[in-house]
Amino acid sequence: MSQKKKTSIETDLNASRRDFLRSSIAAGGAIVAGGAAAHADSDPAITQLQEWARYLGDGVDRAPYGVPSEHEKHVVRRHVGWLTASLESSVNFTPLHELDGIITPNGLCFERHHGGVAEVEPDKYRLMINGLVDRPLVFTLDDLKRFPRRNNIYFLECAANSGMEWRGAQLNGCQFTHGMVHNVMYTGVPLRYLLEEAGLKTNAKWIMPEGGDASGMNRSVPLFKALDDCLIAFKMNGEALRPEQGYPARLVVPGWEGNMWVKWIRRIEVGDEPWHAREETSKYTDLMENGKARRFTWEMDCKSVITNPSPQAPIKHDKGATVITGLAWSGRGTIPRVDVTLDGGRNWHAARVDGPSFDKSLHRFYYEFDWNGAPLLLQSRAVDSTGYVQPTKDELRKARGENSIYHNNGIQTWHVKNGGEVENVEVS
Amino acid sequence: MLKSPKGMPIRFALASTALLVCLAVAKVQAEPSKSFGLGRPATVEEIQAWNIDVRPDGQGLPQGKGNAAKGEAIFAAKCAICHGDFGEGIDRWPVLAGGGDTLNSEDPVKTVGSYWPYLSTAYDYIYRAMPYGNAQTLKPDEVYSIIAYILLMNDVIEDDEFELSDKNFTTLRLPNEENFIDDPRPDTPTLKRIDPCMKDCKLEVKVTKRARVLDVTPQSDDEDAGRGAID
Repeated sequence: MSQKKKTSIETDLNASRRDFLRSSIAAGGAIVAGGAAAHADSDPAITQLQEWARYLGDGVDRAPYGVPSEHEKHVVRRHVGWLTASLESSVNFTPLHELDGIITPNGLCFERHHGGVAEVEPDKYRLMINGLVDRPLVFTLDDLKRFPRRNNIYFLECAANSGMEWRGAQLNGCQFTHGMVHNVMYTGVPLRYLLEEAGLKTNAKWIMPEGGDASGMNRSVPLFKALDDCLIAFKMNGEALRPEQGYPARLVVPGWEGNMWVKWIRRIEVGDEPWHAREETSKYTDLMENGKARRFTWEMDCKSVITNPSPQAPIKHDKGATVITGLAWSGRGTIPRVDVTLDGGRNWHAARVDGPSFDKSLHRFYYEFDWNGAPLLLQSRAVDSTGYVQPTKDELRKARGENSIYHNNGIQTWHVKNGGEVENVEVS
Repeated sequence: MLKSPKGMPIRFALASTALLVCLAVAKVQAEPSKSFGLGRPATVEEIQAWNIDVRPDGQGLPQGKGNAAKGEAIFAAKCAICHGDFGEGIDRWPVLAGGGDTLNSEDPVKTVGSYWPYLSTAYDYIYRAMPYGNAQTLKPDEVYSIIAYILLMNDVIEDDEFELSDKNFTTLRLPNEENFIDDPRPDTPTLKRIDPCMKDCKLEVKVTKRARVLDVTPQSDDEDAGRGAID
């Protein structure tokens, strides 16, 4: 039991000590016994017949809907207890440090609810369009699937991602500092088709998507965005939306703050003015130092974070070949450039963006180097296709003060210590 | 000049074929604006059932009225368990009253009175989402009464008999309305202004802040002592 209660860092450090001892013994043995040591230190993972190599495994259909290996049970979303009043109006975080590539598995996409997960019956799902239209219409889910479909990979980031870090380093793990983001392929129909089906009146300027959940989530979206690239999506990564992601249909607002991507969407009202709903006045407005507040701060700025190593994913190996990896994204386009520093920003190196580069999608970057075992101050700095440079946290504070909660896209620093342990810090 | 079978110069014929191909491609690639004939007309009753939003100009306000005296009783029964009898907020539930003159301080308290720009937001939100866990059940008179009580707690009105209704609703203004501004981003450097430094960018680097000073990460000692809230 006590073994299980150890934190991952303790376990990892023990593991690296064991590795170190093993390699020391191996080295010592080699000196004493010469060639014979090769036999004595052979790896039992190879020399012993493993159970899985001898006995038959499970047949097909043991898990009709497949689940990850039991050895990956720790790879889960987690929440931060002190952040919210109840789990139904709360958020949990994507375990970014356990993932690679650019796609977030559906079951690991962070959750943010305001009235719990609505369990909508698909046969009773309806989408209404009303307001400044020629013909108020009602669509069923089957109706939606008869419009021409699009497939696009987009990141969804909560505007409050990294919001707990405005006043300084607080949470030890990129899951908690940056985990309110996910990236999946959506299949859906352009919102434009639905609006044109209803016929927009000439004075239409805004839409108000509304959720069918117990919070009735509503936001104002300018019509230009609705007609540009918004989707009504019903699939994510090829399968039906997960209930916690808005099953059976949600709004996709590429590059803009996650709160606008209304889940369980039941209605879209067309209007000539914004609604100034609770989530775009009381919340999701950015309070400046002088008491003024910015509103309708929709776009997600260019941002990046090193996911490995990070506090939940320390370096477990000795000095030598080391891979730094992370994610970068921008609500304004693609990411052509990411720089990485090992010394807290004194010197920067071009990182390698690997894998597909899609508009308003996560990008995966790597920086490979020979670690000499000494402490590191790691940072990543992304530049997006508009030329926007990811700012430092101090630059953000200088522009906005410390009370704005939302849209914190500042450069993150991880302090790698001698043993490979990593801490969330800020540097001068 | 070569002639096509119909006597048209061949070059012209080719050119017009090419033009037709271009037009055809353009037509395929353009956003179709035709009707797909999908969906059905919404009935008046259906629209009424779902059309619950309220805007600052009063659009969507249902007929009804209420005052703070009535609102206090409803609030005590249906709202105070989370928001407290005086809107002070229990535990981490939202504070609804007070917070005046705190927005430019280190600890801003954002309430209906201190922060919200429009009163219509209160109607829109309270009806659609409150009481928490029993949404869209309040009668219009109850919502007007609760809002009147919230206004009283925030000193926007002083008379607990003041009758708030759909008729006078838009005449009430909240004190912070003028303090909302448009999004000025980008408000930090871009490549147009600065080329990011790559070499010898700083003389020295010091750790200035550490997460371990107060360890509020889940599964650590002080995990309940974190600053900030999301609701």
